[in-house]
Amino acid sequence: MDVQVLTYLFVGASFALYIGIAIWSRAGSTKEFYVAGGGVPPMANGMATAADWMSAASFISMAGLLAYLGYDGSVYLMGWTGGYLLLAMLLAPYLRKFGKFTVPDFVGDRYYSNVARTVAVICVIFVSFTYVAGQMRGVGIVFSRFLEVDINMGVIIGMAIVFVYSVMGGMKGITYTQVAQYCVLIVAYLVPAIFLSIMMTGHILPQTGLGATAVVDGADSGQFILDRLDGLLTELGFGEYTEGKKATIDVFFITAALMCGTAGLPHVIVRFFTVPKVRDARISAGYALFFIALLYTTAPAIGVFARTNIIESVNEVAYKDAPAWFHNWEATGLIAWVDKNGDGKIQMRGGAPFVGKPIFAGGTLEGGEVKGQWGERTVTNALTDNASEVYVDRDILVLANPEIGNLPGWVIALMAAGGVAAALSTAAGLLLVIASAISHDLVKKTINPNISEKAELNVARLAQAVAILVAGYFGINPPGFVAQVVAFAFGLAAASFFPVIIMGIFYKRMNREGAIAGMVVGLVFTFSYIVYTKFINPDPSIWWFGISPEGIGSLGMILNFVVAFAVSRFTPPPPAEIQALVESIRIPRGAGEAIDH
Amino acid sequence: MSTHQSDTQQQQATAYWKENLRLIAGYLVVWFLASYGAGILFVDQLNEIRFFGFKLGFWFAQQGSIYTFLILIIMYARSMNKLDEKYDVHE
Repeated sequence: MDVQVLTYLFVGASFALYIGIAIWSRAGSTKEFYVAGGGVPPMANGMATAADWMSAASFISMAGLLAYLGYDGSVYLMGWTGGYLLLAMLLAPYLRKFGKFTVPDFVGDRYYSNVARTVAVICVIFVSFTYVAGQMRGVGIVFSRFLEVDINMGVIIGMAIVFVYSVMGGMKGITYTQVAQYCVLIVAYLVPAIFLSIMMTGHILPQTGLGATAVVDGADSGQFILDRLDGLLTELGFGEYTEGKKATIDVFFITAALMCGTAGLPHVIVRFFTVPKVRDARISAGYALFFIALLYTTAPAIGVFARTNIIESVNEVAYKDAPAWFHNWEATGLIAWVDKNGDGKIQMRGGAPFVGKPIFAGGTLEGGEVKGQWGERTVTNALTDNASEVYVDRDILVLANPEIGNLPGWVIALMAAGGVAAALSTAAGLLLVIASAISHDLVKKTINPNISEKAELNVARLAQAVAILVAGYFGINPPGFVAQVVAFAFGLAAASFFPVIIMGIFYKRMNREGAIAGMVVGLVFTFSYIVYTKFINPDPSIWWFGISPEGIGSLGMILNFVVAFAVSRFTPPPPAEIQALVESIRIPRGAGEAIDH
Repeated sequence: MSTHQSDTQQQQATAYWKENLRLIAGYLVVWFLASYGAGILFVDQLNEIRFFGFKLGFWFAQQGSIYTFLILIIMYARSMNKLDEKYDVHE
């Protein structure tokens, strides 16, 4: 069967499944809408958390990022997994015992202040929206590549699907669709990885294949695949794959910001409000990490296999003889080639071939584009003076893998369904967090406490619908800063929520004044540093202690802790009932289900 | 409830919390050593050691640390289940 037909079939079937689940799991109460009624089994919650957590970026971009960053990519691997231990030990069980619906709920109650609650709501909306716009864009990209529809059309289809199951089912609908989406995305990720691993190393498990010898003839036979890649890259003037280029302090701070950011992200935390018991909250963090680790330990292997594969199938090959995938992706503008030395062959060398992303002469594909001497698309970018001739967008690595590895058509169709599942699941989770922050924390707890449950549920559905429209708008018209800001959502979460929640649980004396001061200082400092070093004066030599904007959230977090502690020493301790509340959340007994209030 | 009973409960709760904090501290040390230690601070030294086809530091940074996190969570969840029973604070 044709790849295109298979793709429609796979993606269509997965959509039917999600909608079916949505109809089966309609939410009837606010409790079901916000926390799925507090009755999700820990293993299902683990899967849902994993799907929620792993975005289009994890699915599509991470292996590509690793392939180009080598050792430096480790910050993402450790940073995006290490936070789950913090969640399991420092946050999830206590927040589950606290038993409310949202993160601002905890901040507002623990710090007996609607100011603190409102600051938290603003943080939630800010962090979640920067994140969700990227997801909608991801849906559009996957659709446009695999279903051959326009990116904007892809975004609209994605919005419609999310709309149906999240507005109808709330958290309950989202949770059970996420379980299905996890299954789709992990199968889609592992199948090509296993094929590649067998092809390149003879190992079924990519995780052990990464440490095995490469299956090649000739002088390289019997060499470990990592050593071989190191050798290839060094020869071509790139750095060694297994050695880092970033400063150690920067790697340290980025990893910390990603870990603590993970533990502070509202859409992750809220997942632990949905399990029945405190002990379930602990182990469901374990399940979540297990399901995430399946993908995260496979990604570095894909990165190495794909990087090796690309160099071998393209470097020093005449352009006209280049494999079909090279020309296909060139047509989409994600690969570009400039024949600097005029030999008609593709040279892969260290450094960028030209400045920035490719800008093709003659505009669009249809609109009379200019072809070069060998039939390649001509770019108008300023060329660099190195010998490097090829631009390969990192994002295509995973999506192009089946083609690069010559895998059967159904694998390509499966990848499409997996990419869509990854993007949809994360978008839905984020949108729910935004909607509940508005309907529950802003409308119910701050503006109109007398609102009936039915009215609150309607407000929640309305907020969800509006959030989807706004996210869709950003997906279609992505503001230039969005893509760059997504990574910073972690730094902001690490510098705002993480310390406030930790101190709320582990330091009974922490009071309203300290928490608000800490949150504001952490957020403002981190935000200003990012804006200044990334957009106003993007010069690495002015970085404090050599810490990049990606890692500054860790410093913001330390500031938050210090300021909160100092301010709390000079202001009155929290009232007795708050201190009693802190003692009660430390003990599992008496959690019951998430309570309405 | 008599004051005496409530006092005992209070002591139980405090003892439970102290033991929990000790567990957390222990697990955080291992968490730190596996990721920030082996994967970042001492990566160059460990890279001198080979582990199958990996340099050991690189393996910790891209594989080993994740396995360690997973094992730690499972161990912590199990120890806490026992601790909950021991101090009779389970649900």
